[in-house]
Amino acid sequence: MSESLLHTAARPVTAARAGGLLRRHWPWVAALAIALALPWLLYDWTRARHSGFGVAMLSQMGMMIIFALSYNMQMGHAGLLSFGHAVFFGLGGYCTAHLLNTIKAGGFWLPVELVPLVGGLGGLAFAIVFGYIATKQRATAFAMITLGIGELVTSCALMFKSFFGGEGGVSTNRVVGTSLFGLNYGPSIQVYYLIIVWTVIAIALMRLLTETPLGRMANACRDNFERAQFVGYDPSRVRFFQFALSGFFAGIAGGLYALTYEIVTFDTVAGGMSANALLMTFIGGVGTFAGPIVGAILIVLLQSWVSLLSNSWLVYVGVLFILMVTFAPGGIAGLVLMHQPIARSGRMGRLAAPYARMAGPGLFVAVGFVLLIELCSFLTIGASQGKTFVLAGATIDPKSPVPWAIGALLLVGGGLWLWREGRRVRAAWDAVMEEIKAAAARP
Amino acid sequence: MEVLLVSLLNGLVYGMLLFMLASGLTLIFSMMGVLNFAHASVYMLGAYFAYDISRHVGFWPALVLAPVLCGAVGALIEMYGLRRVHRNGHIAELLFTFGLAFIIDKAVQMAWGLLPVAYRVPAVLDRPLFTIYGTNFHAYRGFMLLISALMFCAIWLMLTRTRLGLVIQAALTHPEMVGALGHNVPRVFTTVFAGGSALAGLAGVIGGNYLVTEPSMAFTMGPIVFVVVVFGGLGSLAGCFIASLIMGFVQTFAVVFDVSLANVLALVGIKVTEASWFGEVLTIPLPRIGALLPYVMLVLILLFKPRGLMGTRDT
Amino acid sequence: MSESAIRLRDVHKRFGPTPIILGVSLDIIRGQRHAIIGPNGAGKTTLFNLMSGRFPVSSGTIELNGRPIDGLAPHQINRLGLSRSFQITSIFSRMSVLENVRCGLLWSRGYHYSFWHLLGRERALNEAALRLLEDVNLESRRDVPAGLLSYAEQRALEIGITIAGGADTILLDEPTAGMSRTEANHAVDLIRRVTAGKTLVMVEHDMSVVFDLADVVTVLVYGEVIASDAPAAIRANRAVQDAYLGTEVH
Repeated sequence: MSESLLHTAARPVTAARAGGLLRRHWPWVAALAIALALPWLLYDWTRARHSGFGVAMLSQMGMMIIFALSYNMQMGHAGLLSFGHAVFFGLGGYCTAHLLNTIKAGGFWLPVELVPLVGGLGGLAFAIVFGYIATKQRATAFAMITLGIGELVTSCALMFKSFFGGEGGVSTNRVVGTSLFGLNYGPSIQVYYLIIVWTVIAIALMRLLTETPLGRMANACRDNFERAQFVGYDPSRVRFFQFALSGFFAGIAGGLYALTYEIVTFDTVAGGMSANALLMTFIGGVGTFAGPIVGAILIVLLQSWVSLLSNSWLVYVGVLFILMVTFAPGGIAGLVLMHQPIARSGRMGRLAAPYARMAGPGLFVAVGFVLLIELCSFLTIGASQGKTFVLAGATIDPKSPVPWAIGALLLVGGGLWLWREGRRVRAAWDAVMEEIKAAAARP
Repeated sequence: MEVLLVSLLNGLVYGMLLFMLASGLTLIFSMMGVLNFAHASVYMLGAYFAYDISRHVGFWPALVLAPVLCGAVGALIEMYGLRRVHRNGHIAELLFTFGLAFIIDKAVQMAWGLLPVAYRVPAVLDRPLFTIYGTNFHAYRGFMLLISALMFCAIWLMLTRTRLGLVIQAALTHPEMVGALGHNVPRVFTTVFAGGSALAGLAGVIGGNYLVTEPSMAFTMGPIVFVVVVFGGLGSLAGCFIASLIMGFVQTFAVVFDVSLANVLALVGIKVTEASWFGEVLTIPLPRIGALLPYVMLVLILLFKPRGLMGTRDT
Repeated sequence: MSESAIRLRDVHKRFGPTPIILGVSLDIIRGQRHAIIGPNGAGKTTLFNLMSGRFPVSSGTIELNGRPIDGLAPHQINRLGLSRSFQITSIFSRMSVLENVRCGLLWSRGYHYSFWHLLGRERALNEAALRLLEDVNLESRRDVPAGLLSYAEQRALEIGITIAGGADTILLDEPTAGMSRTEANHAVDLIRRVTAGKTLVMVEHDMSVVFDLADVVTVLVYGEVIASDAPAAIRANRAVQDAYLGTEVH
């Protein structure tokens, strides 16, 4: 019996196996196809050019996916909470910017396609230095020291001109004429495709890393520090290596940033960018590999679209974050995975009605909340900026009590109604889970 | 000499302000294991509440009301937020306070605008108190010292002379044991959290018009307070006090002494200019890198003495 | 003269001002099955923690195969050939059963901090892991997340992880705690099988297990060794009866 089990350990690679590979990973292949096709869906056919906004947003998504996944190497896989991850992103960006300038000046030759790799190496180098200090600490001390390092590097970035360019940052030009494929990377669509290639490579590498001894022991150290020691591993060392590698990938993302925006400033290393990594990864879901990808896409969407419509998009992100921390610490991916046993047993239909009934009150709460926030914002920030509050073509006066009353009513009333529907969902959920457990227990 | 004395006084004022902030944070951190990221946000709320209240009723009512409001906010946060998240672990609590800080920051921006507000020192205190070596010592700074000293005494008395204080002292170093002894730990936690928040609010009331009251004040003050707490060590208010004073002096003196590492090296005969290796780093004068110093301190203490100056426990 | 696997010389351990171990000297001979018994609070688990490097000694020396190990970190001691299990089951609950024992194998097989080997492809490693699972009768549960196993299965898994690295000296801390009579009997058979030829030290409260398995029994009371002898002699020892066993005849 053992023999047949052992045969699964190593199968010869055949053509059939390659086909099986494709079949097994079809979600990834589909996602790649979508990513490749999207700019063409947003293409402006009348003017024969790509939507600048669309390509910029998609490029940002690619970078942030790599950044968030690299952060999850620490947070999700190794259980390390870092508040300074942007340091490796930004420093990778600075290194790349300097490299591009050096290539342009003729001091060094490297194809543009490989330039993000240098960003990665820069991130790796700094991660080794900072990681050596940081990973000797446990939990909260680790979080504190990463916060300190982040603030330290940010202050340096503002102060020192030689490497960081001071407040003005480092400008660069990606059209340096060195390319393996003869592209000049002037048009942003070309940069987008380069980003896709690097994103695919980064995702594949980080995914494979989870299947290596280091990746598994990082999980082990996260789950049970002592047990890991007693199978012969030094948990600080494991964390150190994991930290360094995550800095490598963050640096690659930073390199892509430098290529895309052609300027790197202190905000790429600052607390705001580190907070970004934390938000994307957590909201997406730290417990799965692909969770951060979902989080990155969502946050970039909010950033790109909602920020056009409202000053307060960060408030919405913050509220979403707190709601997730309190009610759904597994993130979006966690929420989806929770339904897996129910979907497998074919009982999803039972939850359809209760969920549908939450939609109405949920909408009211959302609209009420957004209304109140926007009113607030217009009263102070918007007024000073001379904007008027326009909703569906009608101008709303933030000073009159009417819209406030409506907003409050929607929020409070909708909230109470949502609470009741939430109770029903809970009851239906519990009932379904009971049934599943009973079915599993039956011989 | 006069520069030294004046800086000493200023450093003392700033250090005491930091202690008002850091003491609440140390108490909360030591007892509940939660590093409250929102602590500096409550400080900011205290300043803004005081601004609004003093616009309508005056500074002196604000001095009493704003901290009370902040204490109430703290109690609400603990009872309805932290307690729920507690079961998801320490990291979840940390993330919760982090998200809270985020939201409070944005809420303040929305409620009061993006620009600094004109929260001013009350007229009666807006004069020099005495003159030292030709430099005026502002009366408001004396007032700040007075309030900080009074608050310090009040805390010390409360901790050593009341029953609640004894329970808090015990829970500072042995939180689980206190629960096992039958004390109403949740109520103690709420009280400490509310008290710490009230202290932060008070710091905001008196600090907000001394420094600038603007939406980024939490963001700038927050990390410094964390450094003080970590520097002083877990479980020790005395360590926190010493660390606050050290930080106050370091930040004040850094602005005063216009030296750079290059000057120091010159004393031993090594000549460094901007063009030499790491020239920029070595020739930068101390006042300009003042912002860096707290973080250098943080990294150093975590490297050499991770428990902090007088810490009694690991994190 | 048979070599000692672990030798303690006048070991003291204080936690703050409280002394827990008061001058313990002990020789555990290679290949022996050595049980440590004693009333609760006697310091048995502390002794284990000292031997495995979880705490440093306050004074005295501990040697493993002739090499001083006091002051070494737990992972260093583990790499020198000592492995332990815990009183409260300590496994990697989020990983599958197979992956748990596989983690136990990694270091001793030289993988160290490799991030370039894909574990699924490592044939010899996976075969060894499966053999280990067969040894502890868990091969049918190989893909189950360890946290979902029954209590007795988790204890068996813990033993599997403990012996995975091929350590010569095995410390088991109350291996049959919380088990029914039948489960304990199975556990004893398992322990006897997998520790054949190795040095076994175990802390136990279940006297039938002790007298079944052990070659030598050491009695620890209030941090001091009051007797160390063959099981029959211990049973008859007056001082031990007074302190711990009572005069009931088993």
